[in-house]
Amino acid sequence: MKWGVVRFPGSLDDGDALWALRDVLGQEAAPLWHKEESLGGAECVVLPGGFSYGDYLRCGAIARFSPIMKSVARFAADGGLVLGICNGFQILCEAHLLPGALTRNRSLAFVCDFVDLRVENPSTPFTRAAHRGETLRLPIKHGEGCYVAPEDELRQLEERGQILLRYVDERGEATDAANPNGSMRSIAGVANDRFNVFGLMPHPEHAVEAALGGVAGRKIFESIAGAAR
Amino acid sequence: MRAKVFVTPRKGILDPQGRAVEGALKSLGFGAIGNVRVGRFITLEIDAPSRAEAESAVRQICERLLANPNIEDFRFEVDAE
Repeated sequence: MKWGVVRFPGSLDDGDALWALRDVLGQEAAPLWHKEESLGGAECVVLPGGFSYGDYLRCGAIARFSPIMKSVARFAADGGLVLGICNGFQILCEAHLLPGALTRNRSLAFVCDFVDLRVENPSTPFTRAAHRGETLRLPIKHGEGCYVAPEDELRQLEERGQILLRYVDERGEATDAANPNGSMRSIAGVANDRFNVFGLMPHPEHAVEAALGGVAGRKIFESIAGAAR
Repeated sequence: MRAKVFVTPRKGILDPQGRAVEGALKSLGFGAIGNVRVGRFITLEIDAPSRAEAESAVRQICERLLANPNIEDFRFEVDAE
């Protein structure tokens, strides 16, 4: 499968995403410069983590107006698969390709840790290699990962199964103590209502090798690669 | 013309910065304060043939970029100078 990883000024995790896809998972993947409009024939576009445009104004607010984002929006409208990780999730929310917004962590502190995530809906292109209720351990590293959306929107997300991942404790319960950033309803990752755009704060690309603390991130990429096949 | 734009967290949205500042003020002895919200203040200059047109442009600027309507409110003032 062919992947494109967008590089914005201030992206940090594009290199790791390319490494995970190419060197670990044997996929075909190429970087995409944000000033370009071509997606290079990618079947899945990844918006990586980092601090695009220095997080000025709001995280993702300026990156969403990069030339490539017009192509990403068109690609998504045509049903193309788009994965936003961390800053990429923030950009997708700012671009209105995903509902809600990501705000300052409740603690005001930058969090850098491993978290346990419960798979809430395995019937999507992003989670189909996992099963319902399975726990994935992935790293997080962000200062603005508190997911917020209006109450009626949250209800709809819940009803339609758009909440794909939740922060949980070691027993698999979405408790307040296990919520690292104050996200409403412990939301760690959401999809759009057509299930072809997915954003998450945790980093699957940093969890694809046992030597680096775990391989749970592979499930996300393998789901996508399987879905496109 | 000169515009001043005020962007504040929307009512009902958790504002942890405002809460931290409020806690600090109370610990300094300013017990009578409450409901502290931390927002953003932006100034810009704009060429426009009339104040109404400047206001309409600033409104668009706020809606498209300066504020995120999901989580923030904005207001602005335009002064001819």
